[in-house]
Order: sequence, then C-alpha cells, then structure tokens
Amino acid sequence: MAGAKTNVPAASNRPAGAQRAAERGRQAPNIVAAPKKNKLKDSLRDAATAAMLVAVLGLFFIGVRTDIAPGGLDLKMRWTAWIVSILVVFGGRLALNMFVFQAHTPATQTLGQKIGQLGAAAPGLGKWLMRALFAFAVVLPFFFTTFFPGKDRQFIDLAILIMTYIMLGWGLNIVVGLAGLLDLGYVAFYAVGAYSFALLAQHFEFIGFWVALPLAGMLAALWGIILGFPVLRLRGDYLAIVTLAFGEIIRIVLLNWYQFTGGPDGISGIPKPTFFGLELKRGEGGFADFFGIEYAPIQRFIFLYYIIFFLALLTNFVTMRLRRLPIGRAWEALREDEIACRSLGINTRNTKLTAFAIGAMFGGFAGSFFATRQGFISPESFTFLESAIILAIVVLGGLGSQIGVVIAAVVMIGGIEMLRNLGFLSQVFGPGFDPVQYRMLIFGMAMVLIMVWKPRGLVSTREPTAVLKEKKRIDADMVAQGEGH
Amino acid sequence: MEYFVQQLINGLTLGSIYGLIAIGYTMVYGIIGMINFAHGDIFMIGAFISLAVFLILTSVLGFAFLPVVLLIVLIVSMLFTSAWGWTVERLAYRPLRGSFRLAPLITAIGMSIVLQNFVQITQGARVKPLPPQIQGGVTLMQGSTEQGTILVQLSYMQMIIILTTLILMTGFTLLITRTSLGRAQRACEQDRKMAALLGVNVDRTISLTFVMGAALAAVAGLMFLLLYGVIDFYIGFLAGVKAFTAAVLGGIGSLPGAMLGGLLIGLIEVFWSGYFTVEYKDVAAFSILAIVLIFLPSGLLGQPEVEKV
Amino acid sequence: MDAMAKKKTSEAAGAHRWENDPVLSVEHLTMRFGGLVAVGDLSFEVGRGDITALIGPNGAGKTTVFNCVTGFYKPTEGRIIMRHGLGRQDDTVSAVTDSGLRFRKDGDKGVFLLERMPDHEISHKARVARTFQNIRLFGGMTALENLLVAQHNPLVVASGFSFGGILGLPGYKKAEEAAIEKAVYWLEKTRLVDRADDPASDLPYGAQRRLEIARAMCTGPELLCLDEPAAGLNPRESSELNELLKYIRDEHGISVLLIEHDMGVVMEISDHIVVLDYGVKIADGTAEAVRTDPRVIAAYLGVDEEEEIDIPEVREDLSAVAKDEPPEDKTPAAGKANATGKRAAPAKAKPAAKPKARAAKPAASASEVKVAGADKHPGKQPPGTKKPAPGGANNLTRIKGVGPASEKKLNALGIWNFSQVATWKKAEVEWVGSYLAFPGRIEREEWVKQAKVLAKGGDTEFSKRVDSGEVATSRPGRGAARTGGKGGKA
Repeated sequence: MAGAKTNVPAASNRPAGAQRAAERGRQAPNIVAAPKKNKLKDSLRDAATAAMLVAVLGLFFIGVRTDIAPGGLDLKMRWTAWIVSILVVFGGRLALNMFVFQAHTPATQTLGQKIGQLGAAAPGLGKWLMRALFAFAVVLPFFFTTFFPGKDRQFIDLAILIMTYIMLGWGLNIVVGLAGLLDLGYVAFYAVGAYSFALLAQHFEFIGFWVALPLAGMLAALWGIILGFPVLRLRGDYLAIVTLAFGEIIRIVLLNWYQFTGGPDGISGIPKPTFFGLELKRGEGGFADFFGIEYAPIQRFIFLYYIIFFLALLTNFVTMRLRRLPIGRAWEALREDEIACRSLGINTRNTKLTAFAIGAMFGGFAGSFFATRQGFISPESFTFLESAIILAIVVLGGLGSQIGVVIAAVVMIGGIEMLRNLGFLSQVFGPGFDPVQYRMLIFGMAMVLIMVWKPRGLVSTREPTAVLKEKKRIDADMVAQGEGH
Repeated sequence: MEYFVQQLINGLTLGSIYGLIAIGYTMVYGIIGMINFAHGDIFMIGAFISLAVFLILTSVLGFAFLPVVLLIVLIVSMLFTSAWGWTVERLAYRPLRGSFRLAPLITAIGMSIVLQNFVQITQGARVKPLPPQIQGGVTLMQGSTEQGTILVQLSYMQMIIILTTLILMTGFTLLITRTSLGRAQRACEQDRKMAALLGVNVDRTISLTFVMGAALAAVAGLMFLLLYGVIDFYIGFLAGVKAFTAAVLGGIGSLPGAMLGGLLIGLIEVFWSGYFTVEYKDVAAFSILAIVLIFLPSGLLGQPEVEKV
Repeated sequence: MDAMAKKKTSEAAGAHRWENDPVLSVEHLTMRFGGLVAVGDLSFEVGRGDITALIGPNGAGKTTVFNCVTGFYKPTEGRIIMRHGLGRQDDTVSAVTDSGLRFRKDGDKGVFLLERMPDHEISHKARVARTFQNIRLFGGMTALENLLVAQHNPLVVASGFSFGGILGLPGYKKAEEAAIEKAVYWLEKTRLVDRADDPASDLPYGAQRRLEIARAMCTGPELLCLDEPAAGLNPRESSELNELLKYIRDEHGISVLLIEHDMGVVMEISDHIVVLDYGVKIADGTAEAVRTDPRVIAAYLGVDEEEEIDIPEVREDLSAVAKDEPPEDKTPAAGKANATGKRAAPAKAKPAAKPKARAAKPAASASEVKVAGADKHPGKQPPGTKKPAPGGANNLTRIKGVGPASEKKLNALGIWNFSQVATWKKAEVEWVGSYLAFPGRIEREEWVKQAKVLAKGGDTEFSKRVDSGEVATSRPGRGAARTGGKGGKA
C-alpha cells in the first residue's frame, strides 16, 4: 500500500527533533559516566517515549487519512504505516541514544573535532575554498556542458536558481544582517522588480531587459523607502510582522488588480534579454549567427547564468564596499545600539531607509531577472514562503556573512532540488513514491535542525571593516543582532 | 438595518474563532516574548484532528447523537492538538531558549513549513469538505427590501460558537487569575530568572502555556470546520496572521485584549466584505495590523513600553 | 593654549566663567512623565572650558537633564541654549528664539536651541557629545570601528554620500586615513591603542568607559556630557579618568558636563558644581561653596542623619551667620527663585546656612513663638505654643522624615505635638519646609498625614519601627526625650 511508504520520511521529522528534546536533559547526567547497564535502560526508555509521542501525534495523520469520495468524505485506515513510523522512530532514537547522546565519545563530537582539526591545520583554507568556489562559479556552465552533456540544461538551470537565491540573500543581508532590521516581506521587492519589468515591457515596445533592469531596481528602491518609512519606529518582532503584512498586501493587490496586473493570470510574453542587441535565437541575426557558431538551446541558459552571476557579483561587490564606507558602519552600529548611534550624530531614519532602499533595489534586480528568465510571472511566485526561504538562507548562513549566504543557498536550495534526482527511490518504496513532494517538509526540518544546532548560522564570525594592526575575526556571541531580533 | 445586524452576528462568530487563536499568540508572547509562528498551523492541525475524529465517530463507530459526538470530538481534538503544541515547543523552541531572538523565530517559521507540508503529504493537498452538521436557527428580525425579504438569522451553529467561546474564556480567565499555574505563568512573564529562583518550574510553565494555547486553537479549529465546512492544509497561515493581528490590536500579552481584538478583527473583516469588496478583505486585516503596530504599538489594552536611555 | 588663556582672563575679571561665557544654558527646564515631575524649573549654566559637575542623590533627575540636553527627551518646558564662540551672544539667542529656527550658525559662532533639535543634530550640528550611564558601545565592532562610527558625518561627506566610495574615488581613502589617525590619537590618550582591533565588548569595564569617552571625543564636540564616567572604576582608574578629563579641558578647551557620584572625582576636578535633589536645584557654585552647603549635605545624607550637619566648619559658619544677617538672602526655594540662573553663587555657605541660624534664636524668646526673619519664608508660620500640650511633648521623630535635629528646630518653633503638625495646611507646610531648608520634603514624606494618624494614637509602619528601636536615626521611646514626658500617646 502506497500510504505505508509515504509516512516513513514524514515521520522522521520527529526522531530528529526529539533527540534534541532529550539532549538537554541527558547531557548533565552524562558527564558523570553513567554505569553501562543504566545506559541501555535509559536509551530504551527514551526511545520508547519518543515512539509513544509519534504514536500520539501520528494517530490522526498517519494512521487515518480522509479523502474526498462520492457522497462525502471517505476514511482510510493506515495502521501499517502508523506502526512502521513508530518502529522507525523507536529504532532511530535508540541508535541516536546509543551512539550520540549516551555514548562516551559521541559520534558527532568525534566528527566535529575532525573537522575542527582540519580547519586549524590550514588557516588559509577558508580563503582558498572561497577562491575555488568563485573559479568554479565562473566556469560552471562549461563544466556541466563538458562533463554532464545529457543533464547540462537541468544543472545550469539549478545553478541559475541557486544564484538567484544567493543574490536575494545578499540583498536581504544588507537589511537583516548589517542593519539588523528583520524584514519578512522582502519578496515584495522581488515582486515589484518582476512586475515593473513585465509591465514596462508590455506597455513600451522599446524597453528590453537591460533598460528595464535599472528602472526596476529604482522602483523597488522607491518601494523600499515607501514601505520602510512607516516602520522606522518599530522594533523587534513587530517590525517583522509589519513587513510581512506589507509583503502580503502587495501580493493581494497584484492578485486582485486585474486590469493592471492581469490578476492570477499573471503576465506572459516577457522579452528575453539580448546580448548587446543580439537575441539568443536560431537563425539570422541571432547570437550564434553573429559569432558564426552553431546554435544550441543551451546557449540561452548559459547566457542567463552569466547575467545572474554578474548581478550577484555586483550585489556582493557593492555590499562589501558599503560595509567599509561610513554608511555600512552606521548600519552595523545601528544593529548594535541605535541609541548610541543617535548620540553620535547619525541620522538613524535615513540610515535605516538607505538600508531598506538598497536591499530592495537588489531584490528588484533579481525580480527583473526572474521575470525575463521565466517569461511569465504571476502573484503565485511571490508568496510569504519565498520571503521565509530567503530569510532562512540569510539566517542559516550567518547574519552578515556573505559566504554564509552562498553556503546556505547551495545547501538548502541545491540540496532540496537534488531530491528530483532520487527517482530510483520509487523502485524501493513503490511507484507512488515521489521524493519531490517532501521538498518543503525537508526544507522546514532543515531550518529547524540547523538553527537548533547553530543558532548563529553556519558562518558566525564577523570581519572588522577597519584594521589598525592585526585583523581579528569577531565571534558571533559578541555581535548584537539588532532591533529586529 | 437587517443586513447590518446579520453582518454583526456573522462578525461576532468569526471574531470568536480569531479570539480563541489569538489567546495562544498572546500567552506565548507574554511569557517568552516571541511570535509563535507555528500557532496558526496548530489551529489547522486541530481542524484536521477534529475532522478525523468526527468521521471515525460517525461513519466507523456509528454514533448518531450529535451533541455527544461533538463533545467527544472537542475533547479528543483538544487533547491531541495539545500534544502537537507541546511537541513543537519542545523541539523547536526550548533548545533555543536564551539564544538570540531571531533563532526561535526562524525555527517557528520552519516548524510552520513542516506542519503544513506534513499535513499536505499525509492528508493530501485537496480541500476537505464536510457537509453542514448543525442546521437551522432562530429568526431574529425580518425586513423587506426591493429585492425581497431579508431574514436576520442567528443559526444554532453561531450560537454554539459564541457560547463555547464565552464559556472557555471565562474558565480560562479563572485559570489564569485564580490558580497557582496562572500565578506561575504571570511570574514567568515578569521575570523568568527570578521565577525560577523562587521555585517555579519555568520549563513546565512554558510547556503548559503552549498546551493551553494549542487546546484553544483546537477548539477554534473545530468551530472553523463546522462553520465553513471546508478545510485544507493552508488555512493556518491566514487565520494565524489575522489572529496575531487580533492579539496585537488588543494589546499583546493581555487575554481580554486578545478576545476583544479577535472580535474587532472578525467584525472588520465581515463588514469590509459586506460593504466593500470581498477580494480585499485580507488587505483590510493586514492594513489594520500595520496601522495598529505603527500608531498604537501597545494595542487597546496593553501596557506601553518606555524607551530607556 | 588658547583655552588656558581664556580661563585666565575670565578669572582675572573676578567673576565665574559660567556667568560670563556659558557654553550651555539650561533655562527653566521642566520634564514631566505623566504626573511625575522629574525635573522642575531647573536653570543652570555651564562655563566654556569648565568641568561642570551635576550631582545629587539617586533619582534626583540628573540623567533626565542629560537626556533633555542631548535630545533624547523632549523637555516639557524650558529652553536649552548651546553656544559656539565666546560670550553670551544674548542678541542672537533672542533672535533665534523668536525666529522659530532651531539654530543659527555664523562662521565660528553659533547659537543652538537644543530643545528644538533632534538628538542626532545635537551631536552633529550643536556638537554636544555624550556617554551613557550603562555603557553603550558597539560591542561587536572593534574599538577602532567604534571610533570611526563616531566620525560618521564628516566621512559621509568625504565618501560623496557613498557614491564616490562605491566607485573607489581617492577622496574617501584620504578622509578615512585621517579619521583613523584621529581615532588612534584618542586611543593613545585613553591607553587603548593596543586593543584597537579587539571587539569593544571584549574590553574590561574600565577600558570600555574610556573607549566611550574616546568615541564621544571623536565626534569633535564643543561640550562633552559624561554620565557617571567613574562608576565602577577602581581608585587608580578613577584618578586616570581625572587626568583624562583635565587633559580634555586644558589641551582641547572642551567644556565638560558630568554626572558623578564619586565625590573624590567631583571635588577634585570640577570648576563648577550644580546640585539637584528631587528635580530641583538646591545649590550651584564652586566645589568649595557646594561642599559646605548644609542643604547639599542633608540631601545626600538625609534628614534623619541631620546631626551630620554638626561638622565643625558648618557650626562655625552658623554662629557667624547668626550674628549678622546677610542682606542677599536666598530663600530655600532657590530652585524657583533663581530660575534665570543668573544669580551670584553663594559666597561660602552663608545663605544656605541661615535658616539654621534662625532656628537657634527663637527658642529663647517670646510667649507666642516668634522667629526672626519669619517673613522671609514663603507661606505662613504655623502657630506654636511655648510649652507642649498637657500630656507632654511627642516624640516627633516617629514621623518618617523627622530626625532629632529637625525635631529640635520644630520644638524651637513651638511645635511639640503630632496634633499641631496635623493641622498644617499648605501655607504652613511651605513655610516650615523653607524654615527647615528642605522645600518640598514635607509634602513628599506626608508628614501631615502621618501626624494625623499618630495624633490619634495610631501607628504608622515607620513609627512601629522607631518604637522597636530599629531606626537608628530616630530617638527611641514615644515621648520627647529631653522632657522625658511619656505623654506622646494622647
């Protein structure tokens, strides 16, 4: 039965979480080496508790399924699925207890030490890693066309997607990471950018991607200021929730203003970008024809990849420069202590608005790119979930850290998309099994897990922007998280 | 006039549901100062559990007497939803207690994604319709317009919702003001460290807060199911945001405020759809949220915060 | 240096610098929070190139004054003038006040009405820098970065409002080098140059205090406001702080306004001291003058320990004053009377000590108790009797706020019993407050209310503690000690 299979990964969110639940309680007695006999007993008891919890929680979701049937709702019992999920949790939990929590040298600790040693052994590793990553990003399309000729299109598409999220993450990093203003409505600027380009292109024949790009960025920046202005006084979670509200308002307006935005039908036929006036098309006057090379559909993807790569680099470059400028320092100072900022003559209102505007501008760039890449946009692409994903990338990567955003985007977006390649699993779990539907579930679980494991994000040190003698990285525990948090 | 009265009744009914959810937000915010983003989804979980229990009772076990069925559904749903609330707190929030404030917000968003997708996977993405179970009502007024006669009806369903909300609110207020649990809760709100030093089991108190919030959300879930007859895995987000708006409007941290805010949001939404446009009713709710937070951040019944230099 | 020269000339003129050349004038400043009056009609001036200390017991409203001056609070009433350039510039001040503008700047000269300016402008334009009572550094930024943030405004201009900076124009590079140079200068002065690249929150407490001062100095202020800079410092650090502040004053000619509890620091370095109590100014003058002011002593030590006033110098002063009444009497409601802030500072402690002198006289005279200079006090003298009521005198120290010394003075007025105190109306309360030289205190401590209870034979919480001998500053027993009468409980 298909149901029996589907629940297994679904239930796995609980053992993963439950381990942490017990972790705290158990670590303390662990320090005093517990007698071996108790260890097993404790582990068993703990695993049984977890399994019981799963039994309770899963009863009406895994054990029972309601489906629409003719004449009302139909109820289906899936006891096997339920029992399997309980057993899986029990086993997994027991194993975790034996090898991680209760073990004398937990497996995770050993692993962590190994990684730590590796880092200590080569202090310049991080820098080299970054350079290698950059070099790879430069040659990426050709790497895929050469080594994965059959799947190159899929991989380059994925690279474009990841690069878009990296750019969005970098843009949001200005607002959240540097200025410390928690923005849950960032997707609004993404939408403004996308719709600006789409509408401009629809109404004015001559406007292409390259003309629309700066316009879209400016419009998004303007919206950043418009939406930023009323929330200047807000702090903490309130700021987050109001920005969320603004994001949703923009989406609902886009959805309902049919005459202007096309409502839920969206806008289609958005022009493709050109290479200095050359369209990437087959035949006369196209890019391939001009350079005398053979046309291949992949060229368009490679071109798109380089556009977003360039845009992302621009975002990064500007952000890195800004950090070393007074405005960037003022952002970080604002994050640390707004009152002290005011006492030093910093106009906090303008400083915050600049952060909103510049962050929004990059969101608008990314939005235009999204529109031209898809050729079609609708409000559906700009839900709160997108904001949450971008924010998650920034936070999981480590607030304020540029490389952290890259790592988080690759792990979260790339990792999740990789599920599409796990088609072979259906041979194990039966034909009804589709790993893709677990994407968001796993994404959410990863968000929780990474946050619990590293609340400060993956890269959690801050680099000073000015150095007198010796550059010292600043530990995240010293760095304030700003008003927004 | 008749139309107005009818809308008023509808608004109060909807407002009761929002109020019940809002209490969960306001209590959690009061005690640990975070927005429990997953609370809306706990409400959704409650609705699904109610549906499953209802179907089991009626179609599998063959119970027919509706009041008893509903009572059992209510109790079972409250219990099981509480378990979910407890688990969410234990997995996503407790490990991050004392960590910086953004971390639990991210885990809360993560948890919300997990819950939505978990339900989507296990129960399917399609909406679940439940035919109306309680029909009929009392006609309060009758009037005639050009289009014909208008009846102002207070349906039995609406009566049940408003009554249950009233009873629960009263019981709940007593619980918070009269019992030692309520005292412990208020102590934790004031100063968690001090409360712990004085022997209050802080972790347990916080867990119980989540449990109580989840139980009330479960009631709201059942009401929602009975009132609208349609649920899906996504109902939690909007209801959650509106309930949060209600909590903020009433003054976050204040229980009567949450209820008052819920009623106001319900009324505003119903009147907005009744007199302006249905499409933009969510814009109304979101705009109120923004306006209240910007101009009246302490809400109607909350205590203002003073900036310390 | 130029500042030193200024100092010399103004001293030669024989008057205080804060009168001739105030950099800051606070006029009739009132700050209310709801019903609470944190600062009431306060006026004082800060001399250019002076170190001025604002002192007073906890809750006296000192930090509120700071917050008003630096723009963090909008004062309920009053005017706060900041002046650049020599002199009072009275014409410009009144011109700006009438014009409705926030400030007028003319070359080196400038007049700024701080109550009209937002906080960041006060720092940027009026050049008033401040530190905070609970240190507010940018903890996650290095010491150097902290000092660079302080130079935000000039650097923003140099970076071409970020545009030039993003493009990497050379102008900004130079400006930043200059800014780092300035930062290093102050790091050296505060002995923090070795820790320049450490995050601020990593520094020890004393270093954080110094860094905060360095950061304030990097904004290039004319007036530096320090909120308890010596709090939490050990004696060595504290004396280093003195040196630093003197250096800032003498070498940079910068005026300093500081709140401080450490009297060692205050007395050593201050050119001018303003004393607040309950939001009202109770003394204003040189360190020497303030030190001996009995009201200051009382405010710090409380009425219950009024005996402390019996320090030799004060007693000498008192006897001196008792002989010749000084003409320029200053009523204890000085905070109000001298609201313009232009009054001469009390020469020695004379005027302040006077009320005591008056207290000494009447005890000996008259059937219906008369006090010399009774009309000098506002309000009405309460009726007194020569002898206590038939039951004997009450132990007035059972009223919270009345110490043995006050009791003596009250007895001298002919006030022996609770029932007498209980009849006081507003006018009497005002008069007695003034007579005891603690205006406002009787209302605050609700003497009349307490007396009403005690007169009926009731007990207050405080009187119970007195009766059980728990209050060291009150006399034990229920009756008057000297008469030994036990009739207190009528």
